Amino acid sequence: MKFWNQAITITWKDTLSEMRTREVISSVLVFTLLVIVIFNFAFGASQETMRLVAPGILWATFAFAGVLSLNRAFIPEKEQDCLEGLMACPISREAIYVGKMLASLLFMLIIEAIALPAFAFLFNLPVLTLPIVTITILATIGFVAVGTLFSALAINTRAREMVLPILFLPVVVPVIISAVNASRLALSGKPWSELAPWLQIIGVFDVIFLVVSFLVFSYVIEE
Amino acid sequence: MKRTILLWVSLALMVAALYLIFVIAPIERTMGIVQKIFYLMVPMGWLALLSFLAVFIGSILYLKKRSPRWDILAYSSAEVGIVFTTLALVTGSIWAKPVWGVWWTWEPRLTATLVLWLIYLAYFMARSFATEESRGATFAAVVGIIGFIDIPIVILATTLWRGMHPGAIIFKGGLDPAMLLTLIVSLVAFTALYSLILMQRVSMSNNEIEIRRMKELIS
Repeated sequence: MKFWNQAITITWKDTLSEMRTREVISSVLVFTLLVIVIFNFAFGASQETMRLVAPGILWATFAFAGVLSLNRAFIPEKEQDCLEGLMACPISREAIYVGKMLASLLFMLIIEAIALPAFAFLFNLPVLTLPIVTITILATIGFVAVGTLFSALAINTRAREMVLPILFLPVVVPVIISAVNASRLALSGKPWSELAPWLQIIGVFDVIFLVVSFLVFSYVIEE
Repeated sequence: MKRTILLWVSLALMVAALYLIFVIAPIERTMGIVQKIFYLMVPMGWLALLSFLAVFIGSILYLKKRSPRWDILAYSSAEVGIVFTTLALVTGSIWAKPVWGVWWTWEPRLTATLVLWLIYLAYFMARSFATEESRGATFAAVVGIIGFIDIPIVILATTLWRGMHPGAIIFKGGLDPAMLLTLIVSLVAFTALYSLILMQRVSMSNNEIEIRRMKELIS
């Protein structure tokens, strides 16, 4: 119980600082909108093409948005030397991981909750359905599970922002493949049974990487 | 001494594999002579995975025991591994050209190998961008562990994403016995070569550390 209290406290701290600065959510939202608009130019705007490429656009956008917002998960801590303070706290490193991970998950889900309706509106596609929302939540858990770990790793390197996408994107390839295919099936109105294999892959990814990241996190931030 | 024996063993096996590939193994009916690349491509793919297994084990032991020995093992195996992964991609492309008519196709195993290659790159990046050497070793170990665990999921996702591969025939017993023998000898020969190069690379790193230590003593 104590562990969860500590983790939630860190999540709350991040949420509070986000509410005051509005750094991550607002900038990532604008970025997301820009990516969607650029993809629209890249593929032309006819309804048939859009139906084919929409799942790809959606997940490319969310993957890039994920990189951008996960990068911000630890950089402010480093800039103000807050990380040292956080590490000096009498709490386990794992609690820091869980707290940070939940905060990033919350921010990502808020961003997606605004981006999905925008996507539905701009592309005239029914993406606000239960299957798509389920896929989005599951895939986002996978993104933040590894993303939080790599974000903590990246701030201790020379290139910082450059390192996260190089580590993060190859590892989340299975999530992207599965999310794109599941979304495509969902958009063409297929039943849950056809989506199941893809959802299972994302689910397995989530569970494995939540556990593994939890276990190795302390090695990444130790001084 | 061990290395000398291994050198001769892998040399003999290589010659045997070449003989089997070009003289004994029958020419495949539909693909013709091109199919012989198969005996190179499969060992390359196997070594790409085997090297990463060694990276994985070395990384875990390094994080647990903090002995540079394990980091050297992981790093050396990653270096050898990325060479074999690159060769797997190259032979895969050469295979793809006559069989599918294009140099690159998003076929599951080729795709999974490409992702593996990118994870290897991430491993080296994590190491080289770190601010100090010991920290780079820790970061690389973390990427090594995450990357290895990711590989089965990547293979699963890419296989589900695209159709099947002729490689699947081997496991169903559809391969001519002479072809199977050739493949096995080739696999063993390349595995011996891998062990030899890995041992060589590890001893080279050990020597580097020894020389650096000596230099520090003098200065």
